[in-house]
Amino acid sequence: MREDHLITAKQLSRADIEAVLDRAAEIDADVSAFGDRHEDAVLGLMFFEPSTRTKMSFETAIKRLGGETVDMGPVDSSSVKKGESLADTMRVVEGYADALVLRHPSQGAAKMVSEFVDVPLLNAGDGAGHHPTQTLLDLYTIRENAGLDDLNVGIMGDLKYGRTVHSLAHALTNFDAQQHFISPESLQLPRSVRYDLHESGAMVREHTELDEILPSLDVLYVTRIQRERFPDENEYQEIAGEYGIDLETLDAAKDDLTVMHPLPRVDEIAPEVDGTEYANYFEQAHNGVPVRMALLDQMLEEDQ
Amino acid sequence: MSDHELRVSKIRNGTVIDHIRGGQALNVLAILGIDGSEGEAVSVGMNVPSDRMSHKDIVKVEGRELSQDEVDVLSLIAPEATINIIREYEVAEKQHLERPERVVGVLSCPNHNCITNAGEPVETKFDVLDDGVRCEYCETIVRDDLAAHISVK
Repeated sequence: MREDHLITAKQLSRADIEAVLDRAAEIDADVSAFGDRHEDAVLGLMFFEPSTRTKMSFETAIKRLGGETVDMGPVDSSSVKKGESLADTMRVVEGYADALVLRHPSQGAAKMVSEFVDVPLLNAGDGAGHHPTQTLLDLYTIRENAGLDDLNVGIMGDLKYGRTVHSLAHALTNFDAQQHFISPESLQLPRSVRYDLHESGAMVREHTELDEILPSLDVLYVTRIQRERFPDENEYQEIAGEYGIDLETLDAAKDDLTVMHPLPRVDEIAPEVDGTEYANYFEQAHNGVPVRMALLDQMLEEDQ
Repeated sequence: MSDHELRVSKIRNGTVIDHIRGGQALNVLAILGIDGSEGEAVSVGMNVPSDRMSHKDIVKVEGRELSQDEVDVLSLIAPEATINIIREYEVAEKQHLERPERVVGVLSCPNHNCITNAGEPVETKFDVLDDGVRCEYCETIVRDDLAAHISVK
């Protein structure tokens, strides 16, 4: 397997992360200076699952580097409908593109594809598994607002199926960060993530109530409690309200708390929070472009 | 040879898997893909008394020596087992099982959403942990009832 595939945040060292974030900051400062960095580069967008932010930010990123995209389009109009395997589809498209971005509903899809393709592969989400490029933009946002060390980070919501949570948790083990996981018991971290955090010696605490820990947090990363995971709508309604935040909730927070969300949100963060200094989730989404530009720049540069 | 081992017949050439945890003998046969349809002579002792284990299972297979893959999976579900290769009624080799670092193509992943269950051209691969195994693709950790996840060949 190539070493420069990005499959999971676990493969990223602190130095790897800082190299991407530093380059993203350079890009952010003067995006036009990077406009001809990768003329003629073609990025293959392979989204087997719906996506708005991730797909558009990759598309914007390669275009701002001077490159183009090839896009498989919706699954319904692709060869997948004819029964072609993922491995075959990706082996064909690697002949068209200089790098590939894959989103797929099955866990481990990117890991498997990495064994078949020889152009750089970026995992843009594999089921409930990983989402490492989201993590890089999350870390960029955290660094811009709170630094990356001596942090108390709260991660709240669906921790069991939330791939952004899994990747962020892994990446934060590279930094001096105490991680607080806040969720209903039924949506706590999966066994595999707990195992990795334990093995890495991460500082981790689990909570069922946000108010137990909110006053000490520097960052609160909120994720959507996924309604479709609950067999009983009433059970969802009881839980969902407890894991949302509004201005009243934030009365107990530090003044400089950074509130983040990978989006889309439903009702986890009340709209009244949007106009406050706490809200960083739209900035976080915008950071996807410079961070993915930095990552693509690095990968395409190394591939030349 | 003690009395309880005589409860099943001696074999001339083949493998005796001894000191299997009580009740696991049929899973051992499943790993070996032995269901009697090939005509090989198979003897199975279940829950026979054992000095070392209180009760144990024992499997004797005529005309068959185990592959390393088979031994690797056996080590996961029957770590205390010993494998005796029999030639001309004598124990020619005696092997204690060692847990491998990974097993390939012999366990199925219990996560239905794992890419290895999606009909792709890929073998399952599991890292062996101190107290279970972990899918290298979806990272699901399996600690209990590994025998239920053996892909019978």
